[in-house]
Amino acid sequence: MFIRVHLWLTKMLGSGLIQGLAVTAKNLVGSFHDPLRFTTLEYPEQQPKLPENYRNFPFLVTENAGDPMGTLRCVACQICEKECPPQCIYIEKSKDKKPDATGRMQIYPAVFDIDTSVCMSCQICVEVCPFDAIKMDQVFEIATTDRFSALLLRREQLAKPNEYYHSIHPTEATEVDARLAAERKVAEEKAKAAAAAKATAPKPAANAAVAGLAEAGRPGPATPATKPIPAPTPPQPASSNPAQPPAAPSAEAENSPPAAA
Amino acid sequence: METLEQLRDRLRVRFPGAEISIVTNPGPAAQHSLLVGAPQARDIAFFLRDDPALKLDFCSNVTGVDWPEKEIIETTRTNVPDAAGGPGKIIEQKTRKLLPGCLEVVYHLYSMALKHGPVIVRLRTANRTDGVTLPSFTPVWRAAEFQEREVFDLYGVGFEGHPDLRRILMWDEFKDHPMRKDYVEPDDYEWEPTPHGAVLEKAKKHYPPAAPAVVTGDK
Amino acid sequence: MSDQFPEPSFGVEHDSSGGSSLVTGHSSLELPGGSHVTAVHDPFHGDLLEVSMGPHHPSTHGVFRMMVTLDGETIVKLKPVFGYLHRNHEKLGENTTYLSSMPYTDRLDYLNSMTNNWAYALAVEKLAGQPVPERAEYLRVILAELTRLLNHTCLAGFLLQDTGASGTPLMYAFREREKILDLFESLSGSRMMCNYQRFGGCRVDATPEWLAAATQLTDGYNEFLDEYEALITGNEILMARTQDVGVLKPDLAVSAGITGPMLRASGVNYDLRKVDGYGIYPRFEFRIPLGDHGDTYDRYMIRVLEMRESIKILRQALRAIPAGPILDPKAKIRGFRPKPGEAYGRIEGPKGEIGFYLISDGSPNPYRYRVRPPSFINLTILEDMCLGQTIADAVIILGSVDIVLGEVDR
Repeated sequence: MFIRVHLWLTKMLGSGLIQGLAVTAKNLVGSFHDPLRFTTLEYPEQQPKLPENYRNFPFLVTENAGDPMGTLRCVACQICEKECPPQCIYIEKSKDKKPDATGRMQIYPAVFDIDTSVCMSCQICVEVCPFDAIKMDQVFEIATTDRFSALLLRREQLAKPNEYYHSIHPTEATEVDARLAAERKVAEEKAKAAAAAKATAPKPAANAAVAGLAEAGRPGPATPATKPIPAPTPPQPASSNPAQPPAAPSAEAENSPPAAA
Repeated sequence: METLEQLRDRLRVRFPGAEISIVTNPGPAAQHSLLVGAPQARDIAFFLRDDPALKLDFCSNVTGVDWPEKEIIETTRTNVPDAAGGPGKIIEQKTRKLLPGCLEVVYHLYSMALKHGPVIVRLRTANRTDGVTLPSFTPVWRAAEFQEREVFDLYGVGFEGHPDLRRILMWDEFKDHPMRKDYVEPDDYEWEPTPHGAVLEKAKKHYPPAAPAVVTGDK
Repeated sequence: MSDQFPEPSFGVEHDSSGGSSLVTGHSSLELPGGSHVTAVHDPFHGDLLEVSMGPHHPSTHGVFRMMVTLDGETIVKLKPVFGYLHRNHEKLGENTTYLSSMPYTDRLDYLNSMTNNWAYALAVEKLAGQPVPERAEYLRVILAELTRLLNHTCLAGFLLQDTGASGTPLMYAFREREKILDLFESLSGSRMMCNYQRFGGCRVDATPEWLAAATQLTDGYNEFLDEYEALITGNEILMARTQDVGVLKPDLAVSAGITGPMLRASGVNYDLRKVDGYGIYPRFEFRIPLGDHGDTYDRYMIRVLEMRESIKILRQALRAIPAGPILDPKAKIRGFRPKPGEAYGRIEGPKGEIGFYLISDGSPNPYRYRVRPPSFINLTILEDMCLGQTIADAVIILGSVDIVLGEVDR
């Protein structure tokens, strides 16, 4: 037994009690000057310092704070809806395509609801999103008196700008931005190479490539040569949809023109 | 510890007439189990616990599994030779077979004395409707007491010889057995519907058709 | 004595603070604060009192109910009733994918989410034959031992609370526990519902700062334990109330499937970290403390000693953790479909053996998903331990069993 009780103390009945009282006294007196002993925080006057990884409910990332609905990274692929354990996400795809932050035509979510009375902040939606469109927020002071509609967060309430994402998860956001910029650069270079190849090879095969490029207005969607390279962070989902290359890059790279047909 | 085949052979010698076979486990885990017939199951259990080579004194886990009836279509191909000597015709015959369902109880047995295991024992009921009684292993391992009560509660398997067989997780007046595959949940839960998809649909079914349509927000 | 016992003209009511008063004309009383007292007429023995302790009760560690039949203050019969927190987790498991069940395992034994996650991940990895990289194994051991420290600290605090030490030891224990919870928060994002393990490794890598903070915590923990033991272990009141109370004999413990510190307090040497040697535990040097008497004091002391062994393991693991990937490259996050088969994977959780039994039929959802809950099975012999003791002892014995209702009821 590792008990560090001084043996001479235990001989006397009541000595254990006195020893305990000594510990209590040490803690009581220490709580006035020793930070080890006084560990409470006077909330809400003092706010806790949250670690970067802390997560609460999710939010949607928008590229441009000035036009939140138009620059959502989300393309309504509904993967998060499928993977959510309590099924708290409800998505409806739009019928049309709108240009996103880079000018490409993308499907966007017409309805994106998260029922926060059901959401358990497990963060699986963030993990499976192939487009880095949904991330975990850190706000926890969200109590409300309305039990139903105030707990259902709609698209407008969920959309927060990329700058906000940088402010709450700085390392993660920088890494995401860098990765998206790299992917976009690779995609652009492939588009340039394909355009160059088409220009030097005036064959029917090239015409088909031209037709494909003209129609899509962007690097050829389904050919393996232009498939976006999956990001090098583990683990990426195996089923990133090749038909919709990752949308919008970081805030720095402005609207580069898509590959000309 | 001896292999499962050796154990099976030893059991067959010791309990002639008992139905003992090995259920192979196809996955990478390779945890094969012994399927034991109900009539001699408890004697076999006592043997497993007391045999000096095994000493399986720790019943770790008692699980109920529901195997509902499954309809399988068997296709038989017969080669009918041509009378004139030409190439034969292949006739396909599809027969529908109904595999009977059963409820199964799986026991994971380990040995604390000899530190080996697991030996997995399965018992199957005759069917899922009226022949749902199995011998209880509580007289052998006290650990099975609460777990068999749980299997009774959630699956409906009656354990003959159990000292106190009543519902444990659901309340006593509850009907039906929730873990069965064909369990239908009651739709008179006292819950408030949230304005969300499938829950709304379900709630709508309770309202008369003339009720106004529920607005789901702007699109 | 006649068969027909006359209706009592007065009854004595017991409220939870221990006072009593005379009431006329009732043989059963509903009291505020949760206890429901019924007089049970037994002409042979005099009145036996049936008290329903719970489900709303501050000392029952959750929504747990004990129907206790008392002869005076001695317990004659004790039937535990639970199921108030039953969420049919196993049915949920059949309707969700393997990955989506991982956050639900956090909520089983809600104090020890990291070990629940590991048990589930181990079972699925066994089912699918998925290997795990070395750094992930080290991280798992570090987090599991931190969880063991968490849980045993929590128990030490709550056991003292149950004896009536009204919060001081509890708050000291929780002060230390907060540091571990802060570590979990900075690693996985959430203090208790960590959702951290994945099939084939861990979700987030531990930064060198995190490892340094963990090392600092581990180094300071022995001092905390010394101070705590100075406060508690030699305390005469605790010794008088817990020694020879709730004795559990080793044969009964083994037969009843008891696992964890409760079993080792009865003297049975069975710790899955040594017996199964799952993960990389064989690399670490640690001892298994065993008790002599199997009483409540032993159960408490075993947990304190296990905390010291955990600190040893933590030191070794934190020193030896290698660099490398934390998730196997072939691990699938989405679209995970293990081959048909079944597997039972178990680990030594802080409360006992927590195991998951999974049957897969090749689809994304398991066919059968079963949790082997240590708290549930450790409750089997609650009645045996409490018979002949007083009702105050029943609270302490229940405290030493260390149950969490999320696990008992699932």
